[in-house]
Amino acid sequence: MDQFLQLTLSGLTNGAVLALAALGFVLIYKASDVLNFAQGEFLLVGAYVMFALVGELGWHWSIGIVVTVLIAVALGVVLERAVLRPMIGEPIISLIMVTIGLSSLLRAIVSTIWGTDERAFPSFIPSEPIKVLGATVTTDKLWAIGIAAVFLVVFNLFFRRSSEGIAMRAVADDQQAALSMGISVKKIFAMAWSISAATAAIGGIIVANILGVSGNISGLGLQVFPVVILGGLDSIPGAVIGGIIIGLLQAYTGGYVGFGLNSIIPFVVLVLILMVKPYGLFGQEIIERV
Amino acid sequence: MLSLNNIEVIYEDVILVLKGMSLQVPDGQIVALLGANGAGKSTTLKAISGLLKPENGEVTDGSIEFQGEPIHTMPAEDVVRRGIFQVMEGRRVFEHLTVEENLIAGGYTRADRNNLKRDIEMVYTYFPRLKERMKQAAGYLSGGEQQMLAIGRALMAKPKLVMLDEPSLGLAPLLVQEIFDIIKRINEEQNTTILLVEQNALLALDIAHYAYIMENGRIVMDGEPDNLRENADVREFYLGLTEVGQRKSYRDVKHYKRRKRWLS
Ligand SMILES: Nc1ncnc2c1ncn2[C@@H]1O[C@H](COP(=O)(O)OP(=O)(O)OP(=O)(O)O)[C@@H](O)[C@H]1O
Ligand SMILES: [Mg+2]
Repeated sequence: MDQFLQLTLSGLTNGAVLALAALGFVLIYKASDVLNFAQGEFLLVGAYVMFALVGELGWHWSIGIVVTVLIAVALGVVLERAVLRPMIGEPIISLIMVTIGLSSLLRAIVSTIWGTDERAFPSFIPSEPIKVLGATVTTDKLWAIGIAAVFLVVFNLFFRRSSEGIAMRAVADDQQAALSMGISVKKIFAMAWSISAATAAIGGIIVANILGVSGNISGLGLQVFPVVILGGLDSIPGAVIGGIIIGLLQAYTGGYVGFGLNSIIPFVVLVLILMVKPYGLFGQEIIERV
Repeated sequence: MLSLNNIEVIYEDVILVLKGMSLQVPDGQIVALLGANGAGKSTTLKAISGLLKPENGEVTDGSIEFQGEPIHTMPAEDVVRRGIFQVMEGRRVFEHLTVEENLIAGGYTRADRNNLKRDIEMVYTYFPRLKERMKQAAGYLSGGEQQMLAIGRALMAKPKLVMLDEPSLGLAPLLVQEIFDIIKRINEEQNTTILLVEQNALLALDIAHYAYIMENGRIVMDGEPDNLRENADVREFYLGLTEVGQRKSYRDVKHYKRRKRWLS
């Protein structure tokens, strides 16, 4: 029981981070049909910027988070403007190559500035053992889940309630019709990239807090693909639930079956689910009236 | 007041579609723009609303003025902010958004966001059926309800001029009548100017104050609805009536004859 609870908790922690990263991926795909292969590097950038501000410059962690998010937003706007917008209308394969190039570039920049050694992250989240339901867990995991949950709720409200959020979903549905009501598609693309970079940066900060900063963080980006394919490429709730499912699966297989298998099991499950639901669990089906 | 002065539109740098198109829409009126498939009606509306660019089209000559200001080089969002709203052909509702979210999207450019709720209610008074379905995804509405939503979305922007592209497309006759009645009411009650593109000439002439007939990228005839209705050619080719007033199938009208008459 003790082990089950601990595994569940680490699974949820990983899942929350995956959900944040996948959310950004889905957002960009929904708004602009671009598959962003640099999503993992957004996590990396977030973690290192936070490390620089708090660990190297000694800022307070709360200011660190805010400034990191702002820098991520700016990065999103710049990338969309300078790299993606000139590519509008190019074949999908070129767009994919561009985001792959972007991921190498971001990784190279990070390792040039900070080197490749693993560094200790100035953990700001308290990590004390406490007892939950009889099992001993550390508080940093609970915090991580809490922080991720808050951001996911905020984004959900943004998409359901705010007119900018509704406009973003409108663009995802029908770009030209959105344009006809005065919605600026360019602005929406830039917003998708910024929000995406920001959520990933928060994910990166959470991972770094638990595991330390190193280039490995961008490896999490690879796990974003099974998550979004599982949840449905264009579904925001799918990204969240897919992230949690994959996170839990990895934790359970790692704990009960053994390490090594935990990176394979998610793909096995993925294949099984896709056989039943080809658009993923929550993928948007084409609406056909009869 | 909207005026198109001799405009020329070219797609993909080579396909010349509008060739010296001119037309006036006075404030507060309903003006109908009629014509056969491919005449260039939708292209005309897109030239006005700034929606040509995403289709690789361009106004290459002439000018479009709205309230004395040239608008033919403006991006679509600026045109909407100046009070022109195009309801595109084929309804184009946001299928995965609810009815209410579609309406909110329609009011995107509004500065007075506080009044959105009140105007959503105003739209529901014109289209009570939308109210019953306000939480439903728009993709599951019937064709008629989607057309109502498309028009309601336009009302949310509080435009001075609404351009409707074939609102009768694919709808049952009774429903078309209902929608045309509402268009007329909107014109009278909201004092909204309307530019109505239609293939259903008979109905359009019923509610219009003035009408233009277009063929092959330019206007070939214009006038008050009564005068147009009496014109023998219009009766035959656009209203499907023969001299004795019987309905006649479009099939009977020989294509070569029609082109020759209009272009000579
Ligand atoms: N994006 C485009 N690229 C190239 N040619 C186009 C484009 N859109 C329209 N055309 C051409 O322009 C001409 C006029 O098209 P338009 O859609 O304006 O006609 P319409 O009068 O609205 O016809 P309908 O009644 O069938 O809707 C057609 O010959 C069409 O093939
Ligand atoms: Mg048309």
